[in-house]
Parts: sequence; C-alpha cells; structure tokens
Amino acid sequence: MTAPAPAPSPAPDTKSDERLLKTSPLKRLLGRPELGSVVGAVAVFVFFSIVADSFLQATSLATVLYAASTLGIMAVPVALLMIGGEFDLSAGVLVTTSALISSMFSYQMTANVWVGVLVSLVVTLAVGVFNGVMLTRTDPPSFIITLGTFLMLTGMNLGFTKLISGTVSTKSIADMEGFTSAKDVFASTITIGGVDFKITIVWWLALIVVATWILLRTRVGNWIFAVGGGEDAARAVGVPVAATKIGLYMGVAFGAWISGQHLLFSYDTVQSGEGVGNELIYIVAAVIGGCLITGGYGSAVGAAVGALIFGMVSKGIVFAEWDSDWFKFFLGVMLLLATLLNHWVRKRAEATK
Amino acid sequence: MTRVKTGVRAVGAVLVAVLGVTAGLTGCSSTGGKRAEDARKAAAAGGRAAVDTPRWTFGMVTHSGDGDTFWDIVRSGAKQAAVKDNIKFLYAHDDEAQQQAQLVDSYIDKKVDGIIVTLAKPDAMKGALARAEKAGIPVITVNSGSAESKKFGALTHIGQDETIAGEAVGEELNKRGKKKALCILHEQGNVGHEQRCEGAKKTFDGTMQNLYVTGTNMPDVQSSIEARLQTDKSIDAVVTLGAPFADTAVKAADSAGSKAEVDTFDLNEKVAAGLKSGDLGFAVDQQPYLQGYQAVDLLWLYKYNADVLGGGRPVLTGPQIITKDQAAELEEYAKRGTR
Repeated sequence: MTAPAPAPSPAPDTKSDERLLKTSPLKRLLGRPELGSVVGAVAVFVFFSIVADSFLQATSLATVLYAASTLGIMAVPVALLMIGGEFDLSAGVLVTTSALISSMFSYQMTANVWVGVLVSLVVTLAVGVFNGVMLTRTDPPSFIITLGTFLMLTGMNLGFTKLISGTVSTKSIADMEGFTSAKDVFASTITIGGVDFKITIVWWLALIVVATWILLRTRVGNWIFAVGGGEDAARAVGVPVAATKIGLYMGVAFGAWISGQHLLFSYDTVQSGEGVGNELIYIVAAVIGGCLITGGYGSAVGAAVGALIFGMVSKGIVFAEWDSDWFKFFLGVMLLLATLLNHWVRKRAEATK
Repeated sequence: MTRVKTGVRAVGAVLVAVLGVTAGLTGCSSTGGKRAEDARKAAAAGGRAAVDTPRWTFGMVTHSGDGDTFWDIVRSGAKQAAVKDNIKFLYAHDDEAQQQAQLVDSYIDKKVDGIIVTLAKPDAMKGALARAEKAGIPVITVNSGSAESKKFGALTHIGQDETIAGEAVGEELNKRGKKKALCILHEQGNVGHEQRCEGAKKTFDGTMQNLYVTGTNMPDVQSSIEARLQTDKSIDAVVTLGAPFADTAVKAADSAGSKAEVDTFDLNEKVAAGLKSGDLGFAVDQQPYLQGYQAVDLLWLYKYNADVLGGGRPVLTGPQIITKDQAAELEEYAKRGTR
C-alpha cells in the first residue's frame, strides 16, 4: 500500500520528476481518502431528508450531530491508529474506565472534581502507553494485545467499582465542588438560534482539526503513514516506530478520556458495565470514512464523516419511525450501502487520476 | 534504537509532568463525596447468624450482564439472608444462556445444598435443572421463568410476572390520562422486556410504540429517545425498562423540548430522587432485594423444615407502583442499595 505522501512544499524547479508535478486542486480533491465517504454522507443525508419529515429540523440535526460527535471523538484517534497499522479493541471500555476513575477518585478522596478528572487523564493515558509498549516490545498482534486489555479493563471496571463503591454504579458526584465547571467543559449545551448543541460537537471538531494538522502538516504525520504502510521500511529510514505507535495509542486514550468525562458529567453516575461493543463501532466509523484495515491509508476527516454517517443512519431510522424490531437490520443495510457507494466513488476517482 | 528509547522516555516525561500537576492540586471538595457519606452513615448492623443450623452452601446463578444495578440488589438481598441463616453463599452470572447453564452444572459438581437460578432463557436451563433434580439438590427459580419453573422441577418461583407488571403500567398510564406512549427497550431480544411492553400495550387505551436503544451506550440511548420525541410531538409518556435509563430519558425529553412524562420499571437512588422532585411520574418496582432474600430464606426453610411457599404457583414480588408519596422513604433505602 502506498502512502499518499502529502506534499505541502511549494512546487520545485525540477520539472522532470513526475512525483513533483503540480496537480490541479480538483485532482487533488479527487485523490483524498475521505471523498467517497463525503459522497456517502450526502447520499444518506438526502435519503433521510426525503423519508423522514422531521430529519431536517434544526433540533433534529443537533441530535444527529450529538450522536455523531460522541462516536467521532473516538473514531478520529482510532482512525489515526488504524492509519498507523494497528487496532485498539480496548477503546470502548476505556471510555467507561476513564469516567469511573474520575468519579470514584473524587468521591472517595472527597476531592475537588477536577482532581479526579486529571487523575483519570493520567491513568487513561497510562493504559494507552501500556497498550503501545506491550505492542512494540512483544510479538503478538495488536488485535490480541488490546483484546487482553479489553478483558482486563472490563473486569477491573466492575471489580474496582464494586470493591470501592459497594455497588456496580458509582455514587453521584453532582453535589461536589468543581462539578459545575467540569460539566461546562465536558457536557454543557450551547444554544445557537434557539437550538441546543452539545459541547461534544466542539470537542469533535477540535479533534478533527488537530488530527488533520498532525497527519498532513507535521513530521509525525509522515511517520504515522510510514509505520502503517510498511513498518520495516519505515524503521530502515529512521522513523521512530515504537514511539509513533505508543503515541497513537495515547491519542486513542485521550479520546477515551474526553468521552469518559462527557459520560460522567452528563449522567452524574457511571454504570460500570458500559462501553462494551463500542470499540467495533469506532472502527466501523473509521473504515466507512476510508481508512484501510491494513493501515497506511485514511484520514481524520474521513473518520469524522464516517461517524457522521453512522450518526445519521442510526438516528435517521428513528426519525423515519421504521419498525424498531428491524432497527439493527436497517442499520446494517444502510451502512453497507453507504460503504459500497464510498468504495465505488473512490475507485472512480482513482481511475481518473 | 536510541531514537525509540528517546520516544519512550519523552512519553514517560509527559506522564510524570502531568502526575506532578495533579499531585500539586490537592484541592478538596467541601461538599459531597465519601466524607459526607461517612458522616451520614450510622453504625452498621453487625452481620451475625440468627440460627445454628449446619453451614449449608447455596449457589445462585443469574442471567445478569456485567455491572447490572438490578442484580446487584438481588445479590445483596440474598447475601443478607445468607448471613442470617448461616449459609455459605456463592454467586455467579452470565448473560449467555449456555454459559449460565454451565455455571449451574459446576455448582452441581460442587455438590452445593441448594441452587437459585433465573430462567430468562428457559430452554437452555432445562437440562441443568434436570441434573440438579437428579443430584437431589433443591432448586428455587427467581425473577424470570414463572411459567417453566414448576415444569422443570423447581420448588418455588419467586419474582414478578413481567406481563402482569406491564399491564399495571398500562393501567397507570390510563389513570394519568396518557394517549401516546413510547416503550424503551435497552436489550434487543430479551423476552422479559418484550413481555413488559406487550403487557403495557394490552391494558393501555392509547397507542404504545417500541423503541430499541443500545443499553451499553448512554449517549446513544439519549440521542435515540431525543430523536423519537422530536419526530413525534404527540408522545406524552416515555416508559423505560430499567432504572438507569429513566434519568437519561428525562434528559432526552428536556433537550427535545417534549412535555412527555417519564415512567420506569425498577428503582434506584436516582429514580427515587426523580419521583420526589417530580421529574418522573411513577416507577414499577418488583423488589429485587426481596427476590434474593426470599430465595435464600425459602431454601433454608426447605432444608430445615421442608417448607414450600406458593403451593406450586409463583410467589409474586411485584408489581408495586411507586409514586411521589413513597419516594422520600424509598430514596433512603435505595441509597443503601436494598431497594
């Protein structure tokens, strides 16, 4: 798989080398990995605008964006990790872990809520480092290693919560100091023109911008494409493979931290059994958005659009009031169609290059 | 290789730095938290056995998923009774029917003196119950499986008939003059959940529709309910099937600008508080604490005195409709994890 090395540098004087040829903006647009998913997203949007009356209301769109953002906050770093050629099956449960840690630390220590939030950040990042170090220092594929982490975290979420709180959900921290300000940061709503937008949308957009900047404008971005495209080759040219991968796992952990804090501050208490199964949805969103499962290709914007497609489809079915017994079936069909369209568009785009 | 080491070291340095910042922030909260709880807590009752019967071992196997609040209460009821009855109490759970049956098998292999089991997926548990009978181990079924319990050779069934509970909800909704209700199922394919919504539909004079949500993903639960309420402004009641989802449904109704009343099955601290403040209309309690407590106690009575309760019919622990009137008292009990 060849990495589409982004070339932001101005056109050089040597016209002989075809790699350095100037390409038209349109052609460059057609070559972007997220193109197909954008077409898919537009198709899904138009479809539900027609079949579901209430889909186009501003409040409905805010709901769809909320669903997409809670997913997208994780899908973006997961996509980066996938571009780097690895998986993280522990990502879904890590969100719950992160929320549980902040809640229980604050409660048990009777500390300001912000202390718990920061402790949670440290521990969550440490789990990311653990995944990365385990992966780079040992032989098994990331699939197995993070599956191990997934199981351990699932058990620890339950075991520790029960041990510390005595029940399987945490105690409410809504009456503690710092809660209101933390809620403002992680779980508030912003009213624009009478429509309430959840702040997760802002976090999501910020993550897309940062991730895109890293991928396309920094050396680290090149490293990520390189380790995903061919680890040995990357190592041979001096790319710090281990550090890059550990960093990517920390990125996923950071996303899990944001999601986890959102969970905690929107619902006051956290159920310790939550989060299982979400990791696959993050990966699905990244793949819909044009990331290759084999690594080396994809984009942050694509993953975000993938999350948007997933959000539109899952809520669109509800807006359309289709028989809910078939919900999962509809979800599967729509995602498959969006992905096939995405694939077809990309093939056409590559053919015209 | 040196490059790699530097990377790892850099990562470590960042972690240490963040840790330092955190350690520096020794800010304490003067409100809430464990300190407040400790202050509230009076001296706990000492856990001593009230009888001197032999120390029998009872095993309980439920179909609970990981970290389910409801089952946690059932378990604590059973534990409390076990302490009182001088019973060694074992507990295991698995939401996969096959795994649950295997857990029962392993208790039979351990030659426990009594087994408590749920029949959420009855057919899968049939064989295990037959083996228990063959081994001469008395079985009591709890929570789900009132129809199959006797057929499978159990002594008694303790629980709530889900259809009857659903019917109670339908009647209560009528009483409140509701016209269009939404039944929120948080586990697709759970027979008990379907029965609840079916029962409610049966007695409810208005129309009721089902909505499936992903119970393990709260934001998804919220946005799905929100989406539905935005689509249909005529919905005036939302019924959730589990306590943790009631609060989320209230949030969803708020942000959808819907006036729908949120009602729920089961109880927890937050539901009690919600009832008290008027955020929630009513809750249907099946008294999970009682299910666990009674199961152990009845097994003990059977071992000690060959007593059987119910005369072959299920012993019902619900439905009990809870409204604002009882909320204050129950909030206290929910807080300590027994309601």
